[in-house]
Amino acid sequence: MKALGRWEGMLAGLILLLYAGFGIGVDGFLSPYALADGTVNVSERLVIAMAMAMLICAGEIDLSIAATMALASLAMGLAMQAGAPLPLMLLAGVATGAACGLLNGWLVTRRGLPSIVVTIGTLSLYRGLALVLLGDQAITGYPEALSTLGNGTLGDLVGVPWLIVPIEFGIAVLFAGGVAVWMHRTVHGRRIYAVGANPVAARFSGIAVDRYRLGLFVFAGVAAALAAALLTGRIGSTRPNLAAGWELDAITIALLGGVAIQGGRGSMVGVMLAALLLGGFTFALGMLNVPGIVVSTILGALLIGAMVLPKVLPAPGSRVG
Amino acid sequence: MTAGRFTSLREASLLAVIVALVLLVGWRAPVFLTLRSALDVANESALLAILVAGQMVVLLTRGVDLSVASNLALTGMVCALVGQAVPSLPIGVLLALAVGVGAALGAVNGLLIALCRLPPIVVTLGTMAVYRGVAYLASGGAWVSEQDIHAGIKALPRAELLGVPLLIVIAAGVVGAVAAWLRWGPAGREVRALGNNPDAAVYVGIPERTRLLQVYALSGALAGLAGVLWVGRYAIAFTDLAAGYELTVIAACVIGGVSIAGGIGRMGGAMAGVLFIGVVNAALPVIQVSPFWQQAIAGAVILLSVALNAGSQARTRARQPILEKA
Amino acid sequence: MPEALLQLRGIEKRFGRTQALRGVDLDLVPGEALALIGENGAGKSTLVKTLTGVHAPDAGEIRFDGRAVRFARAHDAQAAGIVAVHQETVVFDELSAAENIFIGRPPTRGLAGLRVVDWRRMERDAQGWLDAAGAQFSARTPARDLGLAQRHQLEIARALSVNARVVILDEPTAALSRHEIQGIFRIVERLKAQGVAVLFISHKFDELFAVCDRYTVLRDGASVGGGEMRSADEQELVRLMVGRAVDNIYPPRHRAPGEVAMRVTALSHPTEFAGLTFEVRRGEVLAFYGLVGAGRTEAMLALIGLKPEATADVEIDCRAVDLHDPAQAIAAGLAYVPEDRRGQGALLDFPVGHNLTLPALAGPRHAWHGKLSRGPWLSARREGAFAQGLIERLRIKAASAEVPVGSLSGGNQQKVVIAKWLGLQPRVVILDEPSKGIDVGAKQAVYGLIEDMVRQGLAVVLVSSELPEAMNLADRILVMRRGRIVAEFEHGAPAEAIVAAASGIAEASAA
Repeated sequence: MKALGRWEGMLAGLILLLYAGFGIGVDGFLSPYALADGTVNVSERLVIAMAMAMLICAGEIDLSIAATMALASLAMGLAMQAGAPLPLMLLAGVATGAACGLLNGWLVTRRGLPSIVVTIGTLSLYRGLALVLLGDQAITGYPEALSTLGNGTLGDLVGVPWLIVPIEFGIAVLFAGGVAVWMHRTVHGRRIYAVGANPVAARFSGIAVDRYRLGLFVFAGVAAALAAALLTGRIGSTRPNLAAGWELDAITIALLGGVAIQGGRGSMVGVMLAALLLGGFTFALGMLNVPGIVVSTILGALLIGAMVLPKVLPAPGSRVG
Repeated sequence: MTAGRFTSLREASLLAVIVALVLLVGWRAPVFLTLRSALDVANESALLAILVAGQMVVLLTRGVDLSVASNLALTGMVCALVGQAVPSLPIGVLLALAVGVGAALGAVNGLLIALCRLPPIVVTLGTMAVYRGVAYLASGGAWVSEQDIHAGIKALPRAELLGVPLLIVIAAGVVGAVAAWLRWGPAGREVRALGNNPDAAVYVGIPERTRLLQVYALSGALAGLAGVLWVGRYAIAFTDLAAGYELTVIAACVIGGVSIAGGIGRMGGAMAGVLFIGVVNAALPVIQVSPFWQQAIAGAVILLSVALNAGSQARTRARQPILEKA
Repeated sequence: MPEALLQLRGIEKRFGRTQALRGVDLDLVPGEALALIGENGAGKSTLVKTLTGVHAPDAGEIRFDGRAVRFARAHDAQAAGIVAVHQETVVFDELSAAENIFIGRPPTRGLAGLRVVDWRRMERDAQGWLDAAGAQFSARTPARDLGLAQRHQLEIARALSVNARVVILDEPTAALSRHEIQGIFRIVERLKAQGVAVLFISHKFDELFAVCDRYTVLRDGASVGGGEMRSADEQELVRLMVGRAVDNIYPPRHRAPGEVAMRVTALSHPTEFAGLTFEVRRGEVLAFYGLVGAGRTEAMLALIGLKPEATADVEIDCRAVDLHDPAQAIAAGLAYVPEDRRGQGALLDFPVGHNLTLPALAGPRHAWHGKLSRGPWLSARREGAFAQGLIERLRIKAASAEVPVGSLSGGNQQKVVIAKWLGLQPRVVILDEPSKGIDVGAKQAVYGLIEDMVRQGLAVVLVSSELPEAMNLADRILVMRRGRIVAEFEHGAPAEAIVAAASGIAEASAA
C-alpha cells in the first residue's frame, strides 16, 4: 500500500495553506509557543485515529474507543486512589483498555457479529460503567509525573529549555510513525490490508484473519489507554464524559486521511497529516474564539466535502466505473 | 408476505421477556402495574417510536441515519424560535413547518447518499455535526425556556383524544402509517429489496435513487415531527437537545430484530424494541437502580440482542440445502 | 422465415477506450431459439445489456415489431417485453418467491382511493407462473430457502409473468444437473410454442444443438457469421468464434505418474461428506465428478483447513498434515484455486503484483516465508521479481504489475488467481471448476496450464461438472454422490457409466 500519493500531497498542501492563511490573519499564530500549544488538539486524537484507521483498513470499526479511554482513565484514577505508583497506574489503564478491546474482538471474531453494532453496544456499556462507578464525581489529584506527561515539553525532560515540543506530541508522533511503518513496510500490514480488501481471499491465502482482527481490537484498546493517559495527565481529572464524542473525531481524521470506509485501502501518513490538519484548524478557530460546537459543525462539513471531492474529480488510474 | 415464522418467534420471545420484566418489577413495586404507569411508559416511548419508525425504514435499505437526533434538535429549535416570534401562529402551521424542515434536512442526506453515492454512515455522521451546529447558530447558544415556548406546541402533547394523550395517538398513527406503507404500499417491497441486494434491485428496475431519497426524507420528516413534540413535551429548546439519542434509536431497532445489513426487520419487532427500552427505563427508578445504570444496561442489552439475532440467523441459513456447487 | 420480431443493425457501444460492440446484426424471430455464440470478451454480455436497456447503443438501430425503439432504462425494455434470465440469479433472499416475481410491479387494487398491494392475487398469479416454469415449490417460500436450480425457475417464472415476447437465457444451465437441464429445454420449447423469441447463450455446444434453430457468432464485438443450427458444424462454429482453427482444446497428454503425492484417508464431516479415501500421484490428474450437492467443494475446503469439524488422515509426501489451518495446508504444499475466482480468489483493489505475492506473504509457517520478504519487512525488489516471473510465465496481460487486478479482463483475472498459487511450487493443486464460465480460448489456455503443471510433477485434483473436461484431462475419475465416493473410473471409461454413477442409476456398476 502506497504511503504517499496524490491525496497525501493535497493534505500537505492544505496544511501549508492553513498555517499560511492563519499565520497572516491571526496575530501570533505562527509563534513557536502558539504552535506548540496547537498540538494539544492533535496528540491524543492522533493516537486513537491511527488505531481506528488500522481497524477500518481491516474492514472493521470501533465506535467504543473513546468510551474505552474513559474506562482506562478511570482505572488509572482508581489505582491512584488505592495508592499505586505511576507505573502501576499506567499498567492498570493499559490492562483495562486491552480488556475492553478484547471484548470487542471476541464478539466480532468468535461470535461473528458486525463490528459496528458490537461497538455501538460496548460504547454504551463502557460509558455506562464509567457512569456507574463515578456518578457525577470526578477523580483528581493525579501525581506530578502524569501532569508532566500531558503538559510538559521534551525540553523539560532533557533539560534543554528551548525545546518546547510537548512530550505528548512527541509520544503521539512516535506512536503514529510506528503504526505507519507497521502497516506500510511489514508483512503484517500487507495482511491487514488484504483482510479488509477481501477477507475470503485472505483466508484462502492462509492469512489468520480472525487472529489479526482480534489483535487489532485489542491494540485499539491499548491505544485508547495511551491516549487516556496523555489526556488525563493534561487535564488532571477523570470524569465519566472524558473524551465524549472523540470516536467521531477519530473516524473523521481517518476518512479525511484517505482511508476507504469499506476497507483495504488507505495511507497511514495521510491519517497523520489529516490529524495535523484538523488539529491545526481546530486550534486556529479556538484562537479566534469560535465556539467548540461551530468547530464541530465545520468539521462535519469538511468530512462530507472530503467524501464528495473524489467523486467529482476522478483520480487517474481508477477503475472504469 | 415474507416468512414470518422465524421473526415472529423472535418477537414473541422479546414480548415474553418484556412481560416477565413487567411482572417481576410489579411484584416488587405494585405501582408499576397500574394503568397510570403504563400510560407513562407509553408517553415516554412515543417519541422514540416515531424516530424508530423512520430509522427502521432506513436500516432496511442497508443504510443508517445518525443525524436524527441533531435533526430533531434543529427542527425543534426552529419551531420554538418561530413560535416565540409569532405566538399567534396556529399549531397546524408549526407542525407543517416541523415536518417540512425535517424532511428537507433528511433530503440533504438522501441527495448525498443517493446521488453522490456516499456511504450513509459517513454522510449522516457529518450532517449530525452540521445540523447541531446550525441549531447553535440559529439560537445564538441561548435556550428557549418554558414561558417562551409557543402555547400550542406546549399544549399538543398534553391534549387528549378519548382520554389518551395526543402524543401517544400521534405516535400510534405514525407507526401504523409507516407499517402500512411498508406492507401495502407498492414501494414497501422495493425498500426491502434495496437493502437485501442493491445491485439486483437496480437491475430489476427499482428506482434506487428515488427510493433512497424518499426513505431519508421520511426519516428526516419523522425526526422533525419528533422535534416539535419533544419541545412541547419538555417545554424547552436548546442546542444539545437529545444529544446522543440516535444511538438509543438504533439500539431499539437492533433489539427489535432489524438487521444492520439491510432487508430484514418488521415494525412489530421494532416497536417491541421500543417497548423494551421504555419498560427498562421506567423500571429502573422503581426498583431503585440509579439512573447511572441506564446506559450500561442499554449497552449490555444491545450486545445480547445482536448476539442472539446473529445466532438465530446463522442457524436458519445452515438448515438450507447446499446452494453452491458441490 | 417469418418476420423478425427484434432486429439489431450495426449496434456499436464503447466504454471509455474500449470498443465493446463494433457492428452487431441480429434477428430474433418469434417461435425460434437463436444461439448466441462467442468468447468471453466478444461482447455477449454487453449485447444483452443493450437489449435489456441497461446500456444505450452509441450507434445502430434496434427495431422491435418493425418500429425503431430506444430504451432509456432497463424498465423500458421490460415494458416492451424483453426479459433476460442471468447466470447469477437476481433474487432477493428476504422476500418470498411471489414478491420476487412481482418486484417493482405488484398487482394492486384500490382501497379508499389509495392503491394497495393485492396480496392474494399476487400469490395466486405467482403460483401460476411458477407452475408454468416447472417449479415445485410454493409462491410463499422465502427465496433464501431456494436452491440454485429453483432460483433459476423463479427467474424464468418472472420472465413468463411479464409476458415477455423476447426471452434471453444467459448461461442458464451453468450449475444444473442433467435432469434440470432437460427442464430448461422443455421451457424453451414451450416458449417457442407460445411464439416467444428466445436468445440462448451458452458455451456448451451440445445444448445449443439441442434447442436452438439458428445461430449467430460474435467475435471482438462484431457479428461474424450466422445460419441454421442443423447445417452447422462444431468445428466451424469454433473457428468463427476464435478466428482460427482450434483442432482440439485439449492439449496432447503426456502422463507418467510418479509416486504418491497426497494420501487422504477417511475424510469425514458430520453433515457434508463421509469416508472419503483417495490418493493422487505426482504427474497425475484426478478428477472429482458429480452433481450439485455431491459435496466435492466442501471436501476440498476441508482439505485446506476451512472446515473445523472435518476429520481425516492426510499425508502429503508422506508427512502428516493438520486439517485445521489453511496456513498449515499451504505450508505442506497444498494449493486451492476456488471456483469463484473473482469473489474468493482476487483482491480487486490490490495491484496485480500484490495479489501474486499474497500467499507467499501470508503466514509464518509457509515454505516461502522469508523468501519474498526480509523477515517481517517487505521487499519491493523481491516481490517485484517474483511477480514479474509469474506474469511472464502465464502471459498475463496487464499494463504493469501496479495496476489493480479489478482493471484486468476476466480471463486475466483468472490467470492471476491461478498464478499466485503456481508461484509457490505446491505439491498438490486443487482446481475447483477451472473452466466454469470461461470461453473456448481461455479454456484452452487453462487446459494447457494443467498439462504444464502435470509435466512439472505436480499432482492435480480437478473438481469438475463438465464431463468432457473430466474425461479428457483426468487419469482417474472419482464420482461423488451425496457426500460419498461411489465409483472410480480410469481414463477411457464410457460417459454413460460415469453419469449413471453420478446420478445414482445402477449404483452397483462401479468400475
